[in-house]
Amino acid sequence: MKAQHDVEQFLYRQAECLDTKNWQGWIDLFAADGIYWMPPDASYKTWDGQPAIFAEDKNLMTVRMLRVLHPDAWSQRPLWETNHVVSNVVIRKVAKNGDIEVTSRFHMMELRRDDVRHFAGSYFHKLKKTKKGYAIKLQRVDMTNAQAAYDYVLQVWV
Amino acid sequence: MASQREADLSKFVEPDRVRKEVYTDAAIFEREMERIHETVWIYCGHESQVPKAGDYCQVQIGRQPMIMVRGKDKKVNLLYNRCPHRDNMIVGDRKGNTGDQFRCSYHAWTFHHDGKLKNIPMMESGYAGTRLNKDSPELCVKKAARVESYRGFVFASLAASGPSLKDFLGESIVAFDDMCDRAPEGEVEVVPNCFRVIQHSNWKFFMENQIDALHPSVTHQSTGRAAHEVEKILAKKAKAGEALSYHMLSAFATVTIDKWDNFQTINYPHGHCILTGYMGLRPQDPDTLAYDKVMIKAYGKKRFEEIVGVNIHHVLVYPGLSVQSPLQQLRAVRPLGVDRTLTEIWHFRLKGAPEPIYRRSLAYYNLVNSPATLINADDLENFWKCHTGLSSDGGDWVSFARHHGHDIEKDGHVESAPNQGTSEAPMRNQMKAWAEFMR
Repeated sequence: MKAQHDVEQFLYRQAECLDTKNWQGWIDLFAADGIYWMPPDASYKTWDGQPAIFAEDKNLMTVRMLRVLHPDAWSQRPLWETNHVVSNVVIRKVAKNGDIEVTSRFHMMELRRDDVRHFAGSYFHKLKKTKKGYAIKLQRVDMTNAQAAYDYVLQVWV
Repeated sequence: MASQREADLSKFVEPDRVRKEVYTDAAIFEREMERIHETVWIYCGHESQVPKAGDYCQVQIGRQPMIMVRGKDKKVNLLYNRCPHRDNMIVGDRKGNTGDQFRCSYHAWTFHHDGKLKNIPMMESGYAGTRLNKDSPELCVKKAARVESYRGFVFASLAASGPSLKDFLGESIVAFDDMCDRAPEGEVEVVPNCFRVIQHSNWKFFMENQIDALHPSVTHQSTGRAAHEVEKILAKKAKAGEALSYHMLSAFATVTIDKWDNFQTINYPHGHCILTGYMGLRPQDPDTLAYDKVMIKAYGKKRFEEIVGVNIHHVLVYPGLSVQSPLQQLRAVRPLGVDRTLTEIWHFRLKGAPEPIYRRSLAYYNLVNSPATLINADDLENFWKCHTGLSSDGGDWVSFARHHGHDIEKDGHVESAPNQGTSEAPMRNQMKAWAEFMR
């Protein structure tokens, strides 16, 4: 029960980082060797050496963050807000050392200028138990929209 | 502006400027689909997308939904995606394998891979005495008028006559030679699947932007700076190899505007263009050296030097193909409407090359061309802003005057002058070709 509660709180915190544009806070949730991965479709087994919508280590996450924060990130200038809802949190595996694997579902609404887009899908989190709480070893994002043509692009993590 | 359907469009294009309606007018769009996209050679796909008999994928040529399918005779066919009965699309999936035949989902008419009619239910009883019998040509799925393949890259023309593929491509054929020659086996294969991104603008913006050497340091400043910051941190940690993929991005900021003038564009008939000068140059890291070794073994030292010495950044094959051969990337432009355009972005693997070489260009593919791109986000924003700005009555012309009058004409092509790589010569050349096609 405690693990379920802790994991849910962790996932909600991560979603909140995105919706409040706390980019550094979001990156800090990853372990030093953590990876954020969004495969092109559900059949992919690994991010390594494959086409990927996102396949980012902390260095690349930092590039993305610095870009978004740069005053000349033209496409980031318009009004832009997101709202994430995370649910269906199921713990799949708990190791003796407290490391945990958890799946969940998300729905994200994005507003950009006058346009609304919806993205939905599932998260798979591989979490490492540390003294300061969980750290993300791997976050896999299987977006239901992934295989459709993208009307415009994704600028930040989902 | 329907009256422009038959209007003389030649006055819309001047040597250094173009009327804005060329981008925004729906009637002009219809006419360019008819005269350009549904007439000239259009890139359909690569043969490795359909390796087995019955493998197919959908392709858009101009306004025409088409099917690219591999036959039992190994031939790649291009068919109109339309059942000759009631116009039902023959296939609804973007790709797949149709087995021995196509079978229409509406009334079970069946067709061979080359479009020939195989069977119609009740052929004897239902059609006796009608204008149709099983040998009627109108009962076959229509084929593209012409299909040709060059080094595995399949093109189709919906016009029965016109220049051959090779004549149409002219010098731009180097895009495919350069890509394939860089493979020790002389061939490439697709890395499935392509990324697909829609832009809210006319298709021509994409083609103009690809070889606009002035825009990167402005449009992509934020990504360039961000990558440069991280690159510096990594360099301190002495992980030079790891920093290479960031270098591709940081170059957008660290290569200053005047340096982009060192590039050169060579502009050819039919609107094609080659942008020379390659940011990566010849790295000397262990992965590159290992690749060089394999290449020398395959081709010999002399030929190897020729191959890797080809100095190309981008090749534009008008009207809808952008090829970055040294990085094995290809972008196919599919106009969806006057203000909507789809790009399909493919990555190719050099057959016989060591894995790290694939991974290097893959990193570029993911960073620059994925739907989470750090680069095209700002391009697409500009395209939308351009297209929307064109609806304004603030002016009637789009300017392509940069370095106009300085270009060098020789041997039937037009080169940007030395140190004038940012010349808008490619846009002038594209619009000149456009006016000729639209005549």
